[in-house]
Amino acid sequence: MWPKNFKFTEDHEWVKVDGDEAQIGLSNHAQDALGDIVFVELPEVGDEVVQGEPFGVVESVKAVSDCYAPLSGTVVKINEALIDNPGLINESPHENGWMIVIEPSDLGELNDLMDTAEYEEYEKTVEH
Amino acid sequence: MGEPKRTPFYQSHIKYGGKLIDFGGWALPVQYSGIIDEHHKVRKEAGLFDVSHMGEVTVEGENALAFLQYLVANDVARLEIGQILYTHMLYPTGGTVDDLLVYRTGEKDYLLVINAANLEKDWNWIQEQAAKCENVKVANVSDDMAELALQGPKAEPILQKLTDYDLSSIKYYWLVKDINIDGVKCLVSRTGYTGEDGFEIFCAPGDAEDLWEKVMGAGEEFGLAPTGLGCRDTLRFEAGMPLYGQELDKETSPLEARLNRFVALDKEEDFIGKEALKKRLDEGLKKRLVGLEMLERAIPRSHYKIAKEGQEIGEVTTGSYSPTLERNIAMAYVTPGNTKLGTEVDVMIRNKARKAKIIKLPFYRRPR
Repeated sequence: MWPKNFKFTEDHEWVKVDGDEAQIGLSNHAQDALGDIVFVELPEVGDEVVQGEPFGVVESVKAVSDCYAPLSGTVVKINEALIDNPGLINESPHENGWMIVIEPSDLGELNDLMDTAEYEEYEKTVEH
Repeated sequence: MGEPKRTPFYQSHIKYGGKLIDFGGWALPVQYSGIIDEHHKVRKEAGLFDVSHMGEVTVEGENALAFLQYLVANDVARLEIGQILYTHMLYPTGGTVDDLLVYRTGEKDYLLVINAANLEKDWNWIQEQAAKCENVKVANVSDDMAELALQGPKAEPILQKLTDYDLSSIKYYWLVKDINIDGVKCLVSRTGYTGEDGFEIFCAPGDAEDLWEKVMGAGEEFGLAPTGLGCRDTLRFEAGMPLYGQELDKETSPLEARLNRFVALDKEEDFIGKEALKKRLDEGLKKRLVGLEMLERAIPRSHYKIAKEGQEIGEVTTGSYSPTLERNIAMAYVTPGNTKLGTEVDVMIRNKARKAKIIKLPFYRRPR
């Protein structure tokens, strides 16, 4: 079910590395747990993000949730479509609902993350 | 804490795919298909809510009316048999114990419907007050009643399919004690917490699942869907209806909450909190409830502070994205002098000031 080249955090963010860029978003598990997403707050291009620290906020009808960076780096792109259509994260969490693209500063940090198989196992142990 | 309690409709929630959460010790669905989807459904067609977690207390006896006039702030004497009113139980300080509905079910018989979250506290309070009064009997019958709320423009045609009783004759805030809904004996009131037309239906716990299936079956052609706690909150919020714990609490009276019309300060009988309310009015209320609309892209939430020209003037009580109005709105308390419509204020969101303006309450009124 999961795209194979993704890596995941325990907070249900995913990262997909492509050359010297890493695309980041929320996993299907996250969007399902959140419910209808009505608001997204993204960093600006040029901002620094740090692994394990919040880079943005998603709000569902009922709650405000921080999004944590899977890798450290500099923001090079943000998904502007989410401003008017935050529900894209619910509809297409792994593709059109991507949140930011960064230039990672340390690809070694990938070792701290789960691959698809590990994440699938992890998902089974987690409560919504 | 142990396992959450189950209402008589628990199996129905499982069957219909409800996403169960622990709501104040009860296993109830926050949603089925999605909060926004369900919210629109209730405004356009109809939704079916399990509200069995609500508390019910009967009050009967020679002095039932006298007791209730003392217990609550509204004027219970104006109720005819079959009529319902909205009111508050107050502390001697004027702050609120709970908001509730009072149903007059007989000559000297009343049913109080109270918030699930306050059930233990309310029941203790009612018993304590009743002990001071002769010839009144109070009983907590919450475990003996299951309750559904069928809400939306299609509620009447749906329920009418299941009964010979002419539902159009039941006016808003009236009840019928004994209606046969497709073989199930029910008490039906034309009340609700959504701002739409609809009914609240009480039955015996043993009839619950059967009643659910019957209503869902009748509602199919009208697009009836099961609906959860998530949209129950967004619906009541748009309709400007208060929630105890947010717009009302131990310190806050109905007067600050814009609910003056439910407080009978001029009723002859003394009621708990009457003097305190008069004092609050004499001294001038310290805060007033207003509506807010965000002027910047951000969502106001409970407890976010409100500021004006750098000074803190209040706090959000309930805030959310509004599915019907498609805007981010809030109810908030602000200090006097800051309540004029159109006043621009700042809502402090994650340490940033986001602009909002004061707008009329309620946000939504159903078309009639």
